[in-house]
Amino acid sequence: MTDSFNEMFEGERIRPPYTRLGDWTESMPQELKRLKQAEAEALFRRIGITFAVYGEGGDPDRLIPFDMFPRVFTQGEWRRLERGIVQRARALNAFLADVYDRGEIVKAGRIPGHLVWRNEAYEPAVAGIRPPRGVYSHIVGIDIVRTGPEDFFVLEDNCRTPSGVSYMLENREIMMRLFPGLFRENRIEPVDGYSESLRRMLASVAPAKCSGEPTIVILTPGPLNSAYYEHSFLADLMGVELVEGQDLFVEGEYVWMRTTQGPKKVDVIYRRIDDAFIDPLCFRPDSMLGVAGLMDVYRSGGVTLASAPGAGVADDKAVYVFVPEMIRFYLGEEPILQNVPTWQCGKRDDLRYVLEHLPELVVKEVHGSGGYGMLVGPKATAEQVAAFRERLVAHPANYIAQPTLALSTCPTFVDEGVAPRHVDLRPYCLVGERIELVPGGLTRVALTEGSLVVNSSQGGGVKDTWVLAE
Amino acid sequence: MLSRTAENLYWLARYMERAEKTARLLEVGSRISLMPGGADGYRNEWDALLLAAGTAEGFDRKYGDAVQRNIESYLFFDTDNPSSIASCIGRARENGRIVRTALTTQVWDALNTAFQELKELQRTPRSELPLSQLVDWTLRHTAQLRGAIDATQLRNDNYDFLHLGYSIERGDNTARLLDVKYFVLLPRIDFVGSGLDNYQWTTLLRALSAHRAFHWAYGGDVTAHKIAHFLILNPQCPRSLRSCTQGMSDHLDRLARGYQRTTSVQSKARALLGELVEMTVEDVFEEGLHEFLTRYIGEVATVGGLVAETYLSGDMR
Amino acid sequence: MILTVFHATTYRYDPPVRGVVQSHRLTPARSRGQRVLDWDVAVSDGVAGGGFRDGAGDWVQSHSAHGPLSAITVTVRGRVETTDLAGVLRGHRERIPPEAFLRETPPTRADVALTDLGRDALAGASDALDRAHRLAGAVHAAIAFQPGATHAHTTAAEALGLGEGVCQDHAHALIAAARSQGIPARYVSGYLAMGLADGQSQSQVQGVMIGAEPQQVQGVATDYEAAHAWAELWVDGLGWVGFDAANACCPDARYLRLGSGLDSRGAAPIRGIARGAGAESLDVAVAVEIAQQ
Repeated sequence: MTDSFNEMFEGERIRPPYTRLGDWTESMPQELKRLKQAEAEALFRRIGITFAVYGEGGDPDRLIPFDMFPRVFTQGEWRRLERGIVQRARALNAFLADVYDRGEIVKAGRIPGHLVWRNEAYEPAVAGIRPPRGVYSHIVGIDIVRTGPEDFFVLEDNCRTPSGVSYMLENREIMMRLFPGLFRENRIEPVDGYSESLRRMLASVAPAKCSGEPTIVILTPGPLNSAYYEHSFLADLMGVELVEGQDLFVEGEYVWMRTTQGPKKVDVIYRRIDDAFIDPLCFRPDSMLGVAGLMDVYRSGGVTLASAPGAGVADDKAVYVFVPEMIRFYLGEEPILQNVPTWQCGKRDDLRYVLEHLPELVVKEVHGSGGYGMLVGPKATAEQVAAFRERLVAHPANYIAQPTLALSTCPTFVDEGVAPRHVDLRPYCLVGERIELVPGGLTRVALTEGSLVVNSSQGGGVKDTWVLAE
Repeated sequence: MLSRTAENLYWLARYMERAEKTARLLEVGSRISLMPGGADGYRNEWDALLLAAGTAEGFDRKYGDAVQRNIESYLFFDTDNPSSIASCIGRARENGRIVRTALTTQVWDALNTAFQELKELQRTPRSELPLSQLVDWTLRHTAQLRGAIDATQLRNDNYDFLHLGYSIERGDNTARLLDVKYFVLLPRIDFVGSGLDNYQWTTLLRALSAHRAFHWAYGGDVTAHKIAHFLILNPQCPRSLRSCTQGMSDHLDRLARGYQRTTSVQSKARALLGELVEMTVEDVFEEGLHEFLTRYIGEVATVGGLVAETYLSGDMR
Repeated sequence: MILTVFHATTYRYDPPVRGVVQSHRLTPARSRGQRVLDWDVAVSDGVAGGGFRDGAGDWVQSHSAHGPLSAITVTVRGRVETTDLAGVLRGHRERIPPEAFLRETPPTRADVALTDLGRDALAGASDALDRAHRLAGAVHAAIAFQPGATHAHTTAAEALGLGEGVCQDHAHALIAAARSQGIPARYVSGYLAMGLADGQSQSQVQGVMIGAEPQQVQGVATDYEAAHAWAELWVDGLGWVGFDAANACCPDARYLRLGSGLDSRGAAPIRGIARGAGAESLDVAVAVEIAQQ
């Protein structure tokens, strides 16, 4: 990985967006650095304790490590990313609207029908229904990696309920408290408009039947969910109720929330519950988390669900391969952001290549997520590779393979000072009346030297992400 | 406000008040046990405590013998006992955590600190924790939480549901403590007015942190009549049934005003308050103290049920 | 042929429940084979919610009632003109492509026996329609009609193992066997007019009422006549074609189609959930008659 792109240094030269940060680290004594890091941790802990998601089960002191060294984009870099992300979010929504309607893209032979219709994430209950403004995926989280000055690749799309945006907001909040000076010297685009944009977007997709100011709620599985903190944080920022299934009920054409002043009609539900659990009448009858009859109200236009059930068919790893094709088919444009080159193991030639190069590749299960059914070739032992080979040969269509990418690095505070560590990026695109994203996102960093795994459960941390104003 | 939020706030307050009651019961028990045994001795008094805590059956199943140390563990630490201080604080904190955003930082800190310190206490050897220290610890934290609520919470419906919880639980608790004293600790009529009786009354006042206040207010000998007046009818005594009922009525009125909707629970609380305002101590003793207290406990339970039906179920139309 | 339908379903709750939410698939869609002359669905309590045509072309109507509620009755009355199209579904508007009906559900999971049955049945078949007929024939031969042998939650594999069942089991087994051979298949609920039938159309209750407690999925099985279920298989060139493996025939003018789904639960004419702890019991009365030939 020695040839990874370093986002700050080009040899000895500091790349423009990081110029002022060079002086900042050099002029900061080691002692102060330690002090600030401790202060940051105390702030996070306070927020963590304040919201206390960590109280139950695991280690109460577990915080996702925060690295104070920001990750910086120029305005120009960001504009290109932004255009690419918006384009992708539009195409993904056009795809969803199509596969739940006539399925033109399949009829045109641009994507194999079985990848859509036999996909577990394809939800027949949504077919034939047109949600307000034709939006299915209202919050699209797109995971992006960088391999060079001009080279950005989309690693995966998240069309259901991407999490992590609370870290984007809090990382900024803490950086501004710790280093107000930095924000005076560098003109950094703000991200704190996110919650207002989110509220506005949700209001813009209220059902046609809703007159007046729509009532928006966030539906959470409850305090035991690992993202409960984020649910409660976003509800609080938007000034909307955080509800559980038991707080809602269906009567007549609408969904109602139980309040101390009697039932109150709910118009838009930003749900952070998986499809299978949102309505025991329609989906899993054993779900305690959902609302009985919710899907009938949704399908008859009484309430909006963000995201729509079945939106996950667009972010399946087997469907991912066809996103550039969606962009061409629906928008008549060339993709601005590239996919990572991907071999579909269901194809005979691709499978042969993958089997020959297994130790160099990353192989992923198409319906799985979270890195469970995954092989990282270069990091795997010969036995692991052999075991995986058997599974792959048995069910090739369940897998895709990608080259091991040389993720870019960003300077990161480590025990010995500052050192490059690999990073990725997840911006959050809001799709409603307009498509917009705040300038920034969540940067995840692999804190272990040489590691490419940015996942917080495996030693990953987070950074503030800056977009410089012009 | 979401009905569930109101419910969490209401129960947060009820559990904290219940923790306080359990601490006060422990205080009564330890003081009474310090005096030379009465007719049935030591065992009788602790049994009475368990009865007052409403948990005698659970204790018998688990420990059998009412040894002081077992009772202390049961009433303070045992999470199998739903009324133990540990259970109450745990549940209060859980209720608070769910509605974290409805609480001020100070209120949450007070609640969470109590919970975190409780976990410390649970790790400390019992020999290092005298009962008086456990009682003081509990009263300190419940007071801190009430102080934080009064000093920082907005005077909106959140505040009213918290205080509704406090008033209802406290009214119930005072009535039960009084009933234990009169009915359980002293079942035989020939003890009335004896030295033992007075000592027990005084202990009860101490447990309610009202011993000196009582003397300032009434002076002279401690009599059953004076105490009944103080703990039932006196509007100056913060734990009297009158004060607690006043609290219920006031907060229900505030909610009705805020929501611009009168409710049956409001009328119920008003009627109960009206009765206490009109009543004399003679009326109470004529009805029979135990009978009166039993009836009051029933009335408060009715108010609690109506609160749930009206505000906490979300079904009000 | 003109069929008259009377179908009353009563759910009783003891103690009364806080409320009930139902989803009805009780209105026949218009197609070349059936035309509604008049149709009425009445519910004894509560209010109608939104209605919509789902992706499979069936009308879904939601209904809710708040308690306390000790009983709720859904009554269907109507007259429909039907035409015998030898089971072929024509003129039925729908969005979901047949390929979506290849996925397994718990009651239609094909085990080795069902897969074998499907594969053996297809040996020597001449064309797509012949394949479908052979599958239906094989299921008819493998499962004897026997009311009471199975219950509302018996799976296709279990019914085949028993060798006995009712129309729901025949439909599930046919669907599982067909899908195992790559033939899209779905469950159809509806009515079958008595009188001309051969007496083998008794069936289980199709309306599955789900209890408030998630573990207690209650489907009260009662044998009664006229409410019926069968399967539709996708036949290239013809489209969806009905097969009633219980009666070894294709639906004709005596059959009235209400709705379809991946399995009996998905196609249930009434689905509902009660809020509250009340134990539930169910009474069903169905009469389907031929008013005019």
